[in-house]
Amino acid sequence: MSEQVDRGRRQLLTAATLLTGAVGAGFAAVPFLASWKPSARARALGAPVEIDISKLEPGALMKVEWRGQPVWVLRRSPEMLQQLEGLDDRLADPGSQSSIQPEYARNPARAANPEFLVVLGVCTHLGCAPIERFRRGDAELGADWPGGFYCPCHGSKFDLSGRVFRAMPAPTNLTVPPHTFLDDNRILVGEDQARAA
Amino acid sequence: MMAKNASAPAAGEAGGLLGWIDARFPLTRMWNEQWGQYYAPKNLNNWYLFGSLSLFVMVIQIVSGIFLTMSYKPSATEAFGSVEYIMRDVEWGWLLRYIHSTGASAFFVVVYLHMFRAMLYGSYRKPRELLWIFGMLIYLVLMGIAFFGYLLPWGNMSYWGAQVIVSLFGTLPWIGPDLAEWIRGDFFISDITLNRFFALHVIALPLVLVFLVVAHLLALHEVGSDNPDGVEIKKNKDASGNPVDGIWSHPYYSVKDLMGLSAFLVLFAAVIFFAPTMGGLFLEAPNFEQANPMQTPEHIAPVWYFTPFYAMLRAVPAFFGTQVWGVLVMGAAVMILFFLPWLDRSPVKSIRYRGPIYKIALALFVVWFVILGYCGLKPAAEPYKTLSVIGTIYYFAFFLLMPWYSRIDSHKPEPERVTYHAH
Repeated sequence: MSEQVDRGRRQLLTAATLLTGAVGAGFAAVPFLASWKPSARARALGAPVEIDISKLEPGALMKVEWRGQPVWVLRRSPEMLQQLEGLDDRLADPGSQSSIQPEYARNPARAANPEFLVVLGVCTHLGCAPIERFRRGDAELGADWPGGFYCPCHGSKFDLSGRVFRAMPAPTNLTVPPHTFLDDNRILVGEDQARAA
Repeated sequence: MMAKNASAPAAGEAGGLLGWIDARFPLTRMWNEQWGQYYAPKNLNNWYLFGSLSLFVMVIQIVSGIFLTMSYKPSATEAFGSVEYIMRDVEWGWLLRYIHSTGASAFFVVVYLHMFRAMLYGSYRKPRELLWIFGMLIYLVLMGIAFFGYLLPWGNMSYWGAQVIVSLFGTLPWIGPDLAEWIRGDFFISDITLNRFFALHVIALPLVLVFLVVAHLLALHEVGSDNPDGVEIKKNKDASGNPVDGIWSHPYYSVKDLMGLSAFLVLFAAVIFFAPTMGGLFLEAPNFEQANPMQTPEHIAPVWYFTPFYAMLRAVPAFFGTQVWGVLVMGAAVMILFFLPWLDRSPVKSIRYRGPIYKIALALFVVWFVILGYCGLKPAAEPYKTLSVIGTIYYFAFFLLMPWYSRIDSHKPEPERVTYHAH
């Protein structure tokens, strides 16, 4: 046996042991971290939901729950669709360029079928629920109010397509979830209509 | 003063049971090093009570919390009901819960005062930087515990508060939405989220907290306590190597801390028995309604101890199509405190010997911090919006300009020894 300690060999073995241990700890951490992801049951409960719109009157708003979030279906009357016009200068993202919606809803009506607006009733600022203020010139919101949604938490305002006005806390328009018109009376929320159409 | 070295037994000297233990476990040695014969400056004033009070409130929270878990059910269908059950049916359950809910606010009261003490007397300065960092980590963990705990009653404000805060993580670029989903364990705040927040609140973070508190105390007793004069008592030692301006923590500060504790408990009991909701500040009105994912409370505000940072979050507008900026500003507002030991370049530590610039800057800092806290409780309307913006700018200016103004500020000469008047 040598009197001298082979420092190079000792350092190599120490480094190799540390590295192997670190890799092992890394792999062992995966199941723990992955256990925080939505479970199979949570994913199953988050499956698409079907909405019956046959009884929805023009001008009426219907709220259903999908993945714990309120999904709003607004059946817009012709007057309400008119209220969307001429607002572009006052809107932050009139063309929905930086907002979240399926491609088929990237238009001023933000809908595949302009009559039916399907949006998440969740403010894009911090997740509050905006409230309906459909009447033009609402007493609280001023004479130039064109009708739309108003978030009571931090004051964001949206038009009847869920498009946000300029200089609001909310950065983008209300999110349009993926949805499919199954037929004249039913909407499936949670699945794109790409294949269905 | 001379008699002090003669009285208490040194390690290994005691007989009987204590001697038997000391031969097997460093009980007497640990006691003497950490408290019994730990030399603290003799001129500590009442600002120095808040450290031991924080420790005491932690014990209150752990004990009352353990007893609450015995009746609480961490599930979305049962949580709200189990809290009502604790309030109405469990013997003395209302007291346990009010102790715990008042204790949460009391914890932040004493911790904020403890931190302000450090800013008054430069307690974070060399060689106490690591002590300060441990303290800041404690503050961070405390904010986490408070946030996770706030969801547990499953009231509507609990629910929407958690919704807002988890959404903050969702604003981070690229990873945000996945990160928020990972934190929630679901596509929304649900039973799954409640269950894991419970685990984090009652065991994971409290364990980390206790560990950090031990590290904070070990670091304190290693470097020694600062004092209102900001001069090191270790510079002047007597023949046996003990600081001449130091006294044993026990019995001197044991007794003083008991005095502070008595005063604290009077106020604490008064709140528990006469104003447990503190007019909506400690327990918010919407939280007496069960969580409802479809119905936002008219106005969402966090509990008071988060509102200064919440006001800063709201003061920053969204631009470039994201509102991550407010989140970053809020995060930076907390993180910047970690750097305080290196931002302060004054040649003296204590406010007593500082010049007018720092005194005014610190006074305005307190004023603006309180204004921010008030704005954070209010809806996002004028004048609170503008005040929040000014407050945020002042908050950051106070820290970021400190290397400059603390250096050019005048100062009085520090005394050689601490100033002390016998009484």
